[in-house]
Amino acid sequence: MAEALRSAARAPGRPSGARRPAPRPAAGGALPLSAPALVLLLLFVILPTLAVFGLSLTDYQLGDDALVFVGLDNYRDLLGDAGFRGSLRNTMVYAALVTPASVLIGLGLALLIEAETRGRALFRTLFFLPVVSLIVAMATVWQYLLHPTIGPVDQLLRLVGLPGPNWLGSSDTVLASLALIGVWQSVGYNMVLFLAGLTAIPRDLYAAAAVDGAASGWQRFRLVTWPMLGPTTLFVVTISIINAVKVFETVQTLTEGGPNRASEVLLFTIYREGFVYLRVGAASAMTVVFLLLLVGLMLLQYRIQDRRTHYA
Amino acid sequence: MSAFALRDIAKAHGAQAVLKGVTIEAAEGEFIALVGPSGCGKSTLLRIAAGLDRPDAGTVSMSGRDVTAVPAAGRDVAMVFQSYALYPHLTAGQNIAVPLAMRELSGAQRMPLLGPLVPGGRARRADIARRVAATAASLRIDGLLDRKPGQMSGGQRQRVALARAMVRQPGAFLMDEPLSNLDANLRVHARGEIVELHRRAGVPTLYVTHDQAEALSMADRVAVMIGGTLLQIGTPQAIYDDPAHVEVARFVGNPRINLLPGRLAADGAAVLAPAAPQEAGPGSVTLGIRPEALGLRACGPEVAAAAVSRLEFLGSEVLVFVRLAGSGEEAVAKMSPAAAAGLRPGCPVALAPAPGAALAFAADGARLPAPAPARIAAGAGR
Amino acid sequence: MSAPALSAGRALRLAALSAAALVTVAPYLWMVSVASKPRDEIFSSSLRLLPHRWALLDNLREAFHRVPIGTLLINGAVVCGAILVIQVAVAIPCAYAMAKLRFGAARLMMGLVLLGLLVPIHATALPLYVAFRRLDLVNTYTGLVAPFSVSVFGIFLFLQFFRALPDDLLDAARLDGMSEAGIVARVVVPNSWPAVTAFAIFSVVAHWNDLFWPLIVVTDNRVATPPLGLFAFRAAESGSDYGALMAATLVITLPLVLAFLFAQRRFVEGITMTGLK
Repeated sequence: MAEALRSAARAPGRPSGARRPAPRPAAGGALPLSAPALVLLLLFVILPTLAVFGLSLTDYQLGDDALVFVGLDNYRDLLGDAGFRGSLRNTMVYAALVTPASVLIGLGLALLIEAETRGRALFRTLFFLPVVSLIVAMATVWQYLLHPTIGPVDQLLRLVGLPGPNWLGSSDTVLASLALIGVWQSVGYNMVLFLAGLTAIPRDLYAAAAVDGAASGWQRFRLVTWPMLGPTTLFVVTISIINAVKVFETVQTLTEGGPNRASEVLLFTIYREGFVYLRVGAASAMTVVFLLLLVGLMLLQYRIQDRRTHYA
Repeated sequence: MSAFALRDIAKAHGAQAVLKGVTIEAAEGEFIALVGPSGCGKSTLLRIAAGLDRPDAGTVSMSGRDVTAVPAAGRDVAMVFQSYALYPHLTAGQNIAVPLAMRELSGAQRMPLLGPLVPGGRARRADIARRVAATAASLRIDGLLDRKPGQMSGGQRQRVALARAMVRQPGAFLMDEPLSNLDANLRVHARGEIVELHRRAGVPTLYVTHDQAEALSMADRVAVMIGGTLLQIGTPQAIYDDPAHVEVARFVGNPRINLLPGRLAADGAAVLAPAAPQEAGPGSVTLGIRPEALGLRACGPEVAAAAVSRLEFLGSEVLVFVRLAGSGEEAVAKMSPAAAAGLRPGCPVALAPAPGAALAFAADGARLPAPAPARIAAGAGR
Repeated sequence: MSAPALSAGRALRLAALSAAALVTVAPYLWMVSVASKPRDEIFSSSLRLLPHRWALLDNLREAFHRVPIGTLLINGAVVCGAILVIQVAVAIPCAYAMAKLRFGAARLMMGLVLLGLLVPIHATALPLYVAFRRLDLVNTYTGLVAPFSVSVFGIFLFLQFFRALPDDLLDAARLDGMSEAGIVARVVVPNSWPAVTAFAIFSVVAHWNDLFWPLIVVTDNRVATPPLGLFAFRAAESGSDYGALMAATLVITLPLVLAFLFAQRRFVEGITMTGLK
């Protein structure tokens, strides 16, 4: 979640640098105050990022003393690598499963809570609980819940006469099962963002909509809520996609890419290539692809946001 | 030697010149109000005086010492801000003590909890507390010292801000519209109080305001700035009666001075020529007549130069707005209710300026020598 | 509006919310349930929440015996605490300079910050690990903390917050004789507690839960963080002693969940604020 939130750079209605401060005196204290951040930023963000690009053009293996420049060979290999393509595909499928579900359920819960007068804090707390829970720990619990023989979910299904699937154990259902856990974990976060967006809608707009003849709740939702939530929705969708693309913990903990590589996702593949097989050059090329994917998503968000600035 | 002087101050923000060479010198104990419309550069000038901004050119000096390059912390000035700028996390008493603590306690002595244990810390702290209490008492806020700014009214906050400025007896006071966040009643009351405090402290004061009434009523001298230029500096009376520039005349006085097209006749007399404003030629001037000097004479339609458009009753006086025939411009006359008794909207009237009341300004705004008493040119202007 | 009658719509709404809440909470219920059951019951009757025979203490004893839970929690606290303190100490002065002072490097800084917002640890992990191996920082607290010493996100958050601080206040402080560093310590920080709290919660939640970087840089149990320790135990266990596993899971999940329940309002505000700003 850390990195997901990092990308919260631009939020709905808060274009960065909207109001420049009045020109300040050129105070001598500025550089000393920002120097530590500048140095650390170069050291731990900028240089490593450049290094990834550099390493992706080499055959470097961890432990080697020398490296050879191989040009775009690593990228060419990636194109022909069925495993990597499968990993990319799995990541996309996972994101395609998690994003709509977690966004829509998050929105639905926010609307329900907003409409309810009592117990708001209780429901909000309960739904938010997974966001602050150790994902490695909760994944372990989910593995038990979805266990094909002793897990309560399948036992419940058997009780009503349905065959319980082998959730995490079958290549057909493993991505969906991971997505289920992903949705469970992220719904609360999306809900809270939507709640904040809902609170920001002026009450008068609902009154005006009612006066203008929007009689049903659905009409008011279409006329006021949905358009006014536009920027929030865009932000939540982007964050959800980025989070889904970064899925790692549950895969590493529960499936290690299996069964039959059906749950190998991008970060898991990069991790294994770089830190288990120690092929840093190849892993760097994969990382570059991953980074470009993130940049592409952010650019897409900016594009859409710019086209709909009338909300902001 | 002036106590506080700004000489030839120039400042530009990017390509835009904000101050175009402004000079203001304050004598010992003098109260100078710097007045002008918003955006005229008066706040920038004050910031330069405080050392919060550096001028592009010009010098700032205090008691003969050049302090242009000295930053705010090193200058012996105190400032009251429009927003009061009280530290929200400190109580009123702590706020007032900050300038003393910063200047008189060492870093170790300022430390919370440990500070009093540092040698000398306890005695100095006691001294500071005593001076804070004394200043607070003189402003009658001694009951508020334990409250935080969020728990005080606007008027109380303003007093705390004043106390914070006064407590260290600075070499100069700078005030940036300190009354503009108070409601109207409180503001008039606070004017008198600030003047009184200034008399007692005897420190040169530069007071920035956009309210000309405030400037006229408080200051020893008023400096009128418009568009980055100091147009005139003088006593309130001189600024009002004898403005050096049409903009000064326009800015000072409420209701605004009547500025009417006119010309100078061959004999040197100023002639109001309401009917033909566009025929600007040699000899055409702008005539400024204060509302209280613009008399009105009720007359028949045959000689009417104007008609009453509306009246505003203010109690002790009445404002009579008239629309001039021909040009359609509006002028206002201030008169006693008795004098206005016969006037109704629609009444035809003739303008009758008091003898010698008209001020003539050239096309570029500069003041012209006093013209002979104004005449009214009726009808077509001749 | 208060105490509306239980209309059909409201009943439906409450039912939906309750059902969703039940699904959300179910894993926690079973976590506690399994942690309280003896082994035979875990394998026989998983639909029963309450155990016939309580074995919570046995399971906890087993968990503490096999997982250095105390060490893990201390490591987690040390690492998260160090990360937070350094991040705040680095980000606040920088954000102040960017928000309120004019200086040559401001544009460069802003560019770097916006760039940094795009780059997660996953992207920089490879070169960082190569470098840390050379520098012998593997299996050290420094290795765990250093990559997070500067939080681009923190700089960004504080920047937004500081821009709203009135300039007059800072000018008043300068006239009162404070240096720029003094202003940061005495005026800016005391008036930025909401932002600091929000960032603290965000940072601790993120780094307490992070598995990716510890997995890479730590192989030694003595400096392992809670997720890593649990991960190792789980891998070694391979599913035979669910009772002890769940007991360990319970103990390791508890600190943050308890902190959240105590200050849930602040948590939600903090995460929302950091998310939306």
